Amino acid sequence: MTNKNFTTTCPLPIEDYPNVMLAHGGGGKLMKNLIEKMFIPAFSNDILETQHDSSVVEISGTKIAFTTDSFVVNPLFFPGGDIGSLAVNGTVNDLAMSGAKPLFLSAGFILEEGFPMIELWRIVSSMKAAAEKANVQFITGDTKVVDNGKGDGIFINTAGIGLVETPLEIVPKSVQSGDAILVNGDIGRHGIAIMAQREGLEFESEIESDCAPLNGLVQNLLDENIEIHCLRDLTRGGLASALNEIATSVNRQIEIDESVIPVREDVHGACEILGFDPLYVANEGRMIAFVAPSDAKKALEIMNKHEFGNGSVQIGAVTETRSKLVTMKSTIGATRIVDMLSGEQLPRIC
Amino acid sequence: MKYFDEYRDPKQAKEFIREIHKITTKPWAMMEICGGQTHSIIRSGIDELLPDKITLVHGPGCPVCVTPLELIDKAISIASRVEVIFCSFGDMLRVPGSKKDLLTVKAEGGDVRIVYSPLDSVKIAKENPDKKVVFFGVGFETTAPANAMAVFQAHEQKIDNFSMLVSHVLVPPAMEVILSSPDNRVQGFLAAGHVCTVMGYTEYEPLAKKYQVPIVVTGFEPLDILQGIYMCVKQLEEGRFEVENMYKRSVRREGNIPAKNLIQKVFEITHRKWRGVGEIPQSGLSLREEFVGHDANLIFGLSDYSAQEPEECIAGLILQGIKKPNECSEFGKKCTPEHPLGATMVSTEGACAAYFRYRSFEGK
Repeated sequence: MTNKNFTTTCPLPIEDYPNVMLAHGGGGKLMKNLIEKMFIPAFSNDILETQHDSSVVEISGTKIAFTTDSFVVNPLFFPGGDIGSLAVNGTVNDLAMSGAKPLFLSAGFILEEGFPMIELWRIVSSMKAAAEKANVQFITGDTKVVDNGKGDGIFINTAGIGLVETPLEIVPKSVQSGDAILVNGDIGRHGIAIMAQREGLEFESEIESDCAPLNGLVQNLLDENIEIHCLRDLTRGGLASALNEIATSVNRQIEIDESVIPVREDVHGACEILGFDPLYVANEGRMIAFVAPSDAKKALEIMNKHEFGNGSVQIGAVTETRSKLVTMKSTIGATRIVDMLSGEQLPRIC
Repeated sequence: MKYFDEYRDPKQAKEFIREIHKITTKPWAMMEICGGQTHSIIRSGIDELLPDKITLVHGPGCPVCVTPLELIDKAISIASRVEVIFCSFGDMLRVPGSKKDLLTVKAEGGDVRIVYSPLDSVKIAKENPDKKVVFFGVGFETTAPANAMAVFQAHEQKIDNFSMLVSHVLVPPAMEVILSSPDNRVQGFLAAGHVCTVMGYTEYEPLAKKYQVPIVVTGFEPLDILQGIYMCVKQLEEGRFEVENMYKRSVRREGNIPAKNLIQKVFEITHRKWRGVGEIPQSGLSLREEFVGHDANLIFGLSDYSAQEPEECIAGLILQGIKKPNECSEFGKKCTPEHPLGATMVSTEGACAAYFRYRSFEGK
C-alpha cells in the first residue's frame, strides 16, 4: 500500500532531536511522536494504523493476533520477576489485549560477550516457567552475541501469535460513551520494584513487581460474555498514558476518580520520596478494561475471583464529551487533567 | 493510608474550605514559596475551591527554575568532557541551557548520571579514581546539608577527584526582593516547610515585622496547605503579622542545629544570580576557602560565562509572583514541556509545568 504522507526526507525535524533520546522509548509524548511521524508513515497500512497492543489479521477465515516486544530491563533480576518472565508475560499480555488466546512465541536473544552462563540459565528457566504458566510454547528463536561493551548483558525480543475466537472487536475504536473503566488491581508496583532494585533504595518491606500473564483473566471475561470494548495493558507510562492513548484515539473525554485508584501504601510512599506520580509508573501485570456499563458489576466479580484480578475496581468512565482529555476528580473534590508525560519521570531534587 | 490519607482527607478538606470562606471578608493575595506547594495546590485543585477573594501567587521556590542559564551551560560544558562523570538530581537534566540540555549531552555520549543523594556521587568518585566526578549542587536550604556533607566527606577522605558545581540559593533574601518590589502584590506567605525543617524560622521574624506580612510555615499535603491558608487569612483579617508554624510535625523554631552547623562549616553566603530575576545580594551559598579544592567552577576554569534568556520567556515575572503561567503569550504554544523556553516549564516544581500538566484544557 502506498502512502501519500510518506516522503524520503526524515519526517521528524532534525533540529528538534538530531539524536535518539531515552525518552523516545519512554512511552510518553516523544515516543508517540516518533511512532506517528516516522514508523507509521513509513510502514503504513490499515492494520498497523489500529495502533493496538497487538494486530488482528484474518487468514483463510481464521483471526490471528500478532505482536512483538523487546526487553532491555536493568536490573535483570528484581523482586517478583526477571527479564525472562517479563519477556513472556509482556507478549502474552499484548496478545490478550486483543481478546486473543496466546499460543506460540518466538525468542530472540542478543547476548553480550562475557555474560555469565549461569545467569542466562536462570533467565531461560524463568521463561520456561512463565510460558508454562501462561500456557504458551516457544516454537522458534534466534541467538546473536555482540562484543563485550556493545550490549547490556542481555536483550530479549519475543513475538507471539494468538487465536481470536471472540466475535468482539476489542480495539480502541470500539470504546463508547458510558463505558466503565476497570483496572485489575493496585498500580505502580513494577516500576517501583525496578527502581528500588536498580538504585539500591530500601523500604521496610520488599516491593514486588506485579509481573503476570493476563490471558487467563481476559479469557474468563470472554467466557462469561462480558461486552468488552477495549483492553490495554499498563506498561511504561503507566495508567495515565494508557488512558490518554485511548481518549485520543476515540476522541472522548475520560473521567477518573483519584480516591478509588488503588495504590499500595509502600508504593505510594516510594513515589512520594522520589517525586513520582503513581499514575505514570510502569506496571507489567495490570490492564484497564473498557466494558459496557451494564456489564461492569459482573465483570468486576469475575476479575476479583482470578488470582491476577484480586483488587479489581472501577476507576472511571468514558463521557459523551468530544475532547481527547483525561480528567481526574482529586481526593478533595476538584478536577484536573491527567496529561501524558513527554518523557520518563525524573527523580526530583527535594 | 498512614501518613498520607490523614493529610488528604476530603471531609477535613471541606471543613477547612468552609472555614476559609467564613472568615474571608476582603481580597487577599498570598504566596506559597515552594514549587512543591504550587504543584500540590494545582494538582489537588485547592485554588479552585477557595473564595474568589483569595489569590494564590506562586513563588520562586523551585531550585531547578532559578538556577541561572550560565550555570546550566557550564554544567553542560563540564558534562561533555571525556574525563568527567557528571552527577545530578534527575530534574536538572531536562532544563534547557542556551543550546541544549544535559539529557542531550547524555545522548551524545557524555557520562551523565542521575543520583538520589550527593553522597552517591562521592562513592562514584571513590570507585572511579581516573575520572573527575562532578555533582551539580543546586537547591535551597533543603538540599544544602546533604551537599555540604558530600563535600565535607570528600575533603576528609581526600577524594580529590570529587567536585561540586555549586549554585545554592536562600529563601529569605528572595522574599525581601519580592516584598520590596514596587510591583509587589503579596500580602502574606506560606513559607516552605522543608526549608524551615533545616533552617527553622527565626530568619522570617524580622521580615514579618519589617514588611508587616504574616508568614505561615506550611507543609505540602492538601490539608497542610489549606490549614496554612486558613492561618494566613486569619492573620490578615485580624491585622496581625506574625510568623506561625503550621508544620509542627517537622519544623522547630531553631531548625536542625547539626544540619545548620554543617552548612556553616562548608559554605559561606555570597551574592547569587537567580534565573529570570537577576542578582540578589547575599542570596546564595558558595564553598568556603578550605574546600575550594572541590569547587568545579575553579577546577574547570569556567569563570566568564554569559548567556541570553529567550526574550519571550516571562519566567522571571512568574517566579516573583507578578504574572501567572497562563498569562504568558507563549504558554502551551511555543513553550511546552517538550520544547521549553524556560525552566519553569520543565521542573517537577515549576509553576508553568504545573499549569501545563494539570490545567491546559485548551492546550490539547
